[in-house]
Amino acid sequence: MPSFYEENGRFRGFWAWIFSTDHKRIGLLYLLSILSFYAIGVLLGFLIRLELIAPGPTIMRPQTYNALFTLHGVIMIFLFVIPGIPAIFGNFFLPIQIGARDVAFPKLNLLSWWIYMGGAALAILSLFTGGGPIDTGWTFYVPYSLRTPVNVPLAVLGVFVLGFSSILTGINMVTTTHQLRAPGMTWFRLPLFVWGIYATAWIQILVTPVVGITLLLTLMERLVGVGIFDPAKGGDPLLYQHLFWIYSHPAVYIMILPAMGIISEILPVFARRTIFGYKAIAFSSLAIAIVGSFVWGHHMFVSGQSDVASVVFSLLTFLVAVPSGVKVFNWVSTLYKGSIEVAPPLLFALTFIFLFAIGGLTGLFQGALATDVHLHDTYWVVGHFHYVIFGGTGFAIFGALHYWFPKMFGRMYHRKIPYIAWGLLFVGFNTLYFPMLLLGWQGMPRRYFDYLPQFHSLQFLSTIGSWILIGGLILMFGNLVHCLFKGEKAESNPWGGATLEWQIPSPPPRENFDEIPLVSKGPYEYR
Amino acid sequence: MIRGLTGLSDEIVQNIFLYIAVISVSILVLITFLMIYFTFRYHRRRNPHPEDIHGNLWLEILWTVIPTLLVLSMFYYGWTGFHALKKVPEGALKVKITARTWSWLFEYENGLKETELTIPIEKPIHLQLTSQDVIHSFYVPAFRVKQDAVPGMTTSLWFRARDLGTYDVLCAEYCGQQHAYMLTKVRVLSEEEFYRWYEEKGKELQMKKPVGVPLGERLFQEKGCMACHSVDGTPRVGPTLKGLFGKTIVVMTEGKERQLKVDEDYLRKSLLEPNADVVKGFPPIMPSQKGVSTEEDITELVRYMKELK
Repeated sequence: MPSFYEENGRFRGFWAWIFSTDHKRIGLLYLLSILSFYAIGVLLGFLIRLELIAPGPTIMRPQTYNALFTLHGVIMIFLFVIPGIPAIFGNFFLPIQIGARDVAFPKLNLLSWWIYMGGAALAILSLFTGGGPIDTGWTFYVPYSLRTPVNVPLAVLGVFVLGFSSILTGINMVTTTHQLRAPGMTWFRLPLFVWGIYATAWIQILVTPVVGITLLLTLMERLVGVGIFDPAKGGDPLLYQHLFWIYSHPAVYIMILPAMGIISEILPVFARRTIFGYKAIAFSSLAIAIVGSFVWGHHMFVSGQSDVASVVFSLLTFLVAVPSGVKVFNWVSTLYKGSIEVAPPLLFALTFIFLFAIGGLTGLFQGALATDVHLHDTYWVVGHFHYVIFGGTGFAIFGALHYWFPKMFGRMYHRKIPYIAWGLLFVGFNTLYFPMLLLGWQGMPRRYFDYLPQFHSLQFLSTIGSWILIGGLILMFGNLVHCLFKGEKAESNPWGGATLEWQIPSPPPRENFDEIPLVSKGPYEYR
Repeated sequence: MIRGLTGLSDEIVQNIFLYIAVISVSILVLITFLMIYFTFRYHRRRNPHPEDIHGNLWLEILWTVIPTLLVLSMFYYGWTGFHALKKVPEGALKVKITARTWSWLFEYENGLKETELTIPIEKPIHLQLTSQDVIHSFYVPAFRVKQDAVPGMTTSLWFRARDLGTYDVLCAEYCGQQHAYMLTKVRVLSEEEFYRWYEEKGKELQMKKPVGVPLGERLFQEKGCMACHSVDGTPRVGPTLKGLFGKTIVVMTEGKERQLKVDEDYLRKSLLEPNADVVKGFPPIMPSQKGVSTEEDITELVRYMKELK
């Protein structure tokens, strides 16, 4: 059967991509668009760090800085990490891993990419129209977002539209997993990546509408002054925060659950043994998805919400830490008595465990009520979520790229370069973000254009870290892009994986399988 | 019981922080050590033949139950500490805080209004916060306390200072362009010194005619006007007030440009409805003084602005 890169159907070239309903082509469309936005987000982060290299104005004015950190947040969260893994790797690999020819609703799948691009276009348009780039922070807190003269409505509309893309992808993944599993692919023979995407898809479907409604209300408030959130009109600004975090906290699990799925794929392959505690890992994903939907109030311990509410949210927050811990312990045990090859994907996966552990453990300090009073809205929080989201999800994406690259493109990358890139990334990452934890404990608030002199040395160190990190990114992506065209032809199963995507040619044929396979064993049985 | 629940907020927070830190670092070291050890011990060179182990129920129970107990203990200490941070002791000195873009106002029980917080050592200080415009957050890193100031509601916070000195106050909730400069100080004085200061200031207030600083200028400081408007011609977020009176300026009224001559009426209207006629080129973000300032204050401020030549 011809590979999915070969043309087929009504359209040619560029058009054959943007109008394709093939889940693999759509996955690659997402890959290109999401990584482009990631590059912009990195550039903005670089400029923010450069501004903070010394106290006082360095390369920009306060208003520019405020717009930059807002855009950095909006792009990284709504255009990169939230869609990231489900839309790229979920699209490309979930159908293959369960033995299906495509997702359940291929046209809806294409539509969700178009909606994603539409939302992104609106967000970009908002920079150059109305009052200019938004300066509210990615959280759009009222009443500030109602008062600032910049172009909040269009940016908020963009995020609102992006939500639909997320919901549609979620519906597709849930339906596909339920309906299109190959014969013999029982629930407990599903690869853990599928479990991760499946749990995520449910969160996407259930909570994204809440942020949609919230943003719509914000729009109505700004455009016609309905007075739901604005205290000057009898509204309640804390209501906004509740509604916003009802979505945006579970959104953190939308970002991390699929990443955990990737780690659960990579570890057994390179340890050449079955995963330790399959059911514990699968069910902990569901536990995180469920309990994680009831912890949003931990963003509001000092907001003025009732103390009783804060106590309950703190308790639930601590409980959601347990299933994450269970996963980490099972992953580490998967290395026990394996036969380990430290190939690039495994190196990224192990780094994920280390950085995610730091991210998770620093979260405990914020979950505890008394310590959060001090740490809330400081650099501690900035350090914590970059450890979770970048150290976690980011490194999982790097791992996934190195793991599935030969399958997606049919070529292998240069095998030595990822180790050097990893060294730069690891050193750069910790030099960039660990000082933030210290700064936070010392009382440096976040979203500050300028800072008091006592914070200078750590801020300086953090900026140096950003340069090393970016060096690593350039080397890593440079290698991948170069080998996309010049790499050696890849075998169909270079890592010896047991899941279905490794049993078909690289790159996969147009409809994945000649004949729908009959599954007779689990995903990590190598013998 | 955890040590240090003595009402000193910085000790409470620090002790709980240390408790969580010891457990967290131990877990991190354990995980990292095992990960590195296994990777070396079971490297393909040393261990070419892997063994499939599907799981172990007792281990699963163990590493579910022990972490659950550990995090519950963290929750409990965090809660007791929070309770201590929230429960205001009897006889605390009350100070009202009004936050606004981008300055702080501290109001004492005798009516004294200040832009820095001056307090006596060892005495519990009960702060009641509100905001005049957007959400701000009152944060004193040295005492490890923080509380949002929310428009339309009153929030509260208390602490007590153990040492004399001056401490930084920062705004911790993003509030716009000059957020990073919304800073002030807490001055901790000895009890004797504090009450001397407090009474002297109180007397000045009674005389209605403070020594040294004229009333209009004092109001100008107190209301936070100087955060955005200079009186010496330097450009800030808002237009400078130097030489403004009598000048012809271009303003935006309901989206349309028009010219007007700055007179007393315009100054008064700009205080009460600041976003009605905004000077062209400046953002419409000034908070209104309606319901915040008395008629006398407004008159005094207008008089002050007229004299800024």
